[in-house]
Order: sequence, then structure tokens, then C-alpha cells
Amino acid sequence: MTTGAGLPAPIPEVQPETAAFWEATSRGVLLVQRCTACSTSVWYPRFLCSNCHSGELEQVEASGRGTVYSFTLTARGILEYKDCGPYVLALVELEEGPKMLTNIVECDPEMLAIGQPVQVVFHDTGAGSALPRFRPAV
Amino acid sequence: MTIRRKAFIAGAYEHPGRELPDRSIAQIHAEVALGALSDAGLTLADVDGYFTGGDAPGLGGLAMADYLGLSVRYMDSSDMGGSVYLSHVGHAAAAIATGKCSVALITLGGRPRTTALRAPGQLMGAPPEAAFEPVFGMNVSAVYALAAARHIHEYGTTSEQLAEIKVAASFHAQHNERALLRKVVTVEDVVNSPMVSSPLHRLDCCVVTDGGGALVLVNEDIAKSLDRHCIAVLGHGEAIEHTKGGWQDVTVTGGVRSGRDAFEEAGVSRSDIDYVGLYDSFTITVLLALEDLGFCDKGEGGKFVLGGTLQAPFGKLPFNTDGGSLCNNHPANRGGMTKMIEAVRQLRGEAHAAVQVPDCEIALAHGTGGWLSTRMGNATVILSREDV
Repeated sequence: MTTGAGLPAPIPEVQPETAAFWEATSRGVLLVQRCTACSTSVWYPRFLCSNCHSGELEQVEASGRGTVYSFTLTARGILEYKDCGPYVLALVELEEGPKMLTNIVECDPEMLAIGQPVQVVFHDTGAGSALPRFRPAV
Repeated sequence: MTIRRKAFIAGAYEHPGRELPDRSIAQIHAEVALGALSDAGLTLADVDGYFTGGDAPGLGGLAMADYLGLSVRYMDSSDMGGSVYLSHVGHAAAAIATGKCSVALITLGGRPRTTALRAPGQLMGAPPEAAFEPVFGMNVSAVYALAAARHIHEYGTTSEQLAEIKVAASFHAQHNERALLRKVVTVEDVVNSPMVSSPLHRLDCCVVTDGGGALVLVNEDIAKSLDRHCIAVLGHGEAIEHTKGGWQDVTVTGGVRSGRDAFEEAGVSRSDIDYVGLYDSFTITVLLALEDLGFCDKGEGGKFVLGGTLQAPFGKLPFNTDGGSLCNNHPANRGGMTKMIEAVRQLRGEAHAAVQVPDCEIALAHGTGGWLSTRMGNATVILSREDV
């Protein structure tokens, strides 16, 4: 079984503080904020550093590589995911440090493992943004 | 300054309904308010402090205070998910201890079983994480499953160990004629039930029911004047845990801090606890609570629950003797209230005879609201049966 091919790509609600992030996704770029005061990388993008509360965050182009920190095969989702069939929701630990909630696609869920290396892929929402999902790294 | 022995629970009431399509949510709040006040021997006119969750109809508690005709001098509609009613017990006790109110009413009501599903956490408009979680199909069982999967990975916990928690709850629920699920189940039943979000099976998940509950806290003078057995609040602690900007450890809850503070304020130790009410949204929620409250070491929860530890009346640490949210009910998708109510029953000696813990003197109620793996509100309350 391979999962992820038929996943919906819901349009995220873009806020002023997340506009740069979503614009970058439309170009296939994953941006991660990094605090210039305490050097912590922060997920998800926001107005201030959740570690030291500094407002001096810079946008860093992430490598797009990470590892599976945890994952689950959900039998049936809700809302847009109600009828898409089983899918993998995961926390991926980015190479830059923070974990992000995402999907693992192009994989056999039975073969997935915590610690497995993964690589970002982008799924176009059709509205000037793309969802950063991950597939097993080759 | 402490709330220790400053406030007493005089009334507690659980709504008998599990499907209430013919009632407004406001009416459910009113019914449980009347039930708890009647239990205490008090009326709505006696109430001067009102507490309810952020999901109550209207702006904060204003609409419900109007609907109930309350004359309120202290109100708190703070929210942190389903555990908030435990938090409200602490807040109400603090308000009573400082003279801000003398009769505090806490209510819960909702109809998730008979109304359409809404997005998690979006009762009051989209929160900032909305663009980064629901778009990936985030759902409640899945984020709890992420914590369970990681706990299994780090500590070797098994699905069979998690299933023991449901088995214990079902042993209790068989004696509760109002429980939605009264059938006693086995470990095999749990692990062979359909997978909802791996590694969590259907029977690792709580039920969905309508209903509600309420509590009444009073000051010492009023407690003395009442005929009803009043339960002393010894301590309370609460803690919010969140993603920390993506640096969270999903195997740890805010129970570490809420439990520490509650035990410190109560002046009791883990070994003094005769009964625990643990919010059991999922089996993993209970397992993490047992570890984080200090009843066993981190990572040892799976071994701790083996051998009937949680089964009343003779287990080492009896829990959720009404069947909990895994079997009995989960009104408004919020399980903190019923954990308090059953703890009060235990301390009053009014639990079902088959599950009444002998000589139950000190009880702990604990809730994990919101979501494991992302953001949660934890609250712990420690209670004593001593009356005044």
C-alpha cells in the first residue's frame, strides 16, 4: 500500500506574518525562522521567538531534510480529509531542529519507522501556496 | 497564602443523559447547575461565583449568568480544554479563600453526539496554528497517537499494556447502569479492535456522549451549616504545555508541573492517594498522567498498569470507577468534570458498592485537555474526605 497520492491540499489561511513563508512554498522553498538573539529555529512561523521572546527572527532556507520523530496511520480523517482514505500524519524533526506536523507521502506506511530520513516535497494548493510534505529520502 | 482547607465541595451532579438532541446547551448547563446545587442543599440564589469553559454559549460566562439569573461577583470562563473544570476548582477555591466569593458554581454542558462536528480548537475562530496543522489532516486521535507511537519507540511500551487501562475502565463500567459501554473487555478485544490512528485502536479511544456535570464549592462557614458531607480541597496545580516552537517532547505532559504543585500545596505524598480520577481521552493519556504525576517513573507506565493496578476496589491505585471517559461518558468532549464528580463520590463513600475504595480518604483528580503532541492544559486537584 502506498499513501499520499490522493491527499487533499487545503488552502492555508495566510496571515501577514506568514505571507513570506507561504509565498516561498509556491517556489518549492521551505523557510524556517531563526532567532538572531538566541539562535533557536522556530516552527511554525510567528511574530516572536517562542524561546526568548525576541522579535528579531530571520527567514532561513531550510535544507528540506529531516527525520521521522513520530508518525501515525490515521484510518479516516475529518473535514477535507474525511473521504481521502488512510493517510500518515507525522512529526518530522527538521535538520534545523524544530519538529513540524506534516504528512509522509509516497511511502508504504508498513515500512515507515521513527528515525527514518525524509525529504520535503510540495503539493500545490492552487492558491499561490503549497503544502510542505515529506517522502522517504532515497 | 494557600487554598488548603479553605474551600469545600458541597455539591456534585452528573447529567444522566447521553443523547440530548432536544435540549439547548444552555438548558444542559441549567440542569446540571440545579442538580449540583440541590445536592448541596443550596439554590441558584446562593451562588455568587460562576465558572464555565470557553465553549459555553455566549461571551464568556455572561450569557449563562443571564440565562441562570445569577447574581455573580466573581466569574471565570478561562479555558484550556477538557481539563479546565479541574482548573476551575483551583480558581474557585482561591476565590473562596480570598473572600472573592462564597458559593462557586462550575458548569459544563454540550451535545457533541447529536450535533455536527467542528474543527478541533476552532470554536471561537481560527487560532494561529490553523494554517500549519489542520491542512495536514490533524485530528484528535492522530495527535494522541503521535505521542503513543513515540512513547512506544522510546520506552518499549506495548499496545497490550495500553489496553490494560481500557480493561480496568470496563471492569468499573459494568457496574454503572448509565455508562455508554458496560461490556467488560479483554486485552485481546482492545488490540483486535479496528485501528483508528496507529497505534491507537478504537477501544483505546474514549466515547462520544452528550451530557454535562457541575460542582459547587463553598466557604468553611457555609460548609459547616450544610447537612451534606463536604469534601476539602487540599491542593491544586495547573500547567500549559505546548510545542515550544517545535521543540516539544511528546512523551511528557504538563502533569509534571501541575502534579508537583498540587502535591506541594496539599502536603500529601503519592503513597497517600487512595483513588485517582485521570482524564482518559485515550489510554495513552492515562499512561502519561501516571508517569508525569509521579506514580511511576517516566517510561515505566506500561509496566505499572499491569496486574490490575488500576482496578477497584483492591488495585494498588484504583482509577475512574464510574468507567471514565473510556466507557461511561465524555460530555461535551471534556472529561475533567466527571473525574472530579467520581472522586467526590469515592470520598463520600457513595461510589457503586462494587467499586467503592475501602476507607477512601485522599483522592486526586487530574486532566489533560487539548491535545498531546501540540498544546495541552493540565490541571491537578487533591481532595480530602474530611468534613467540617
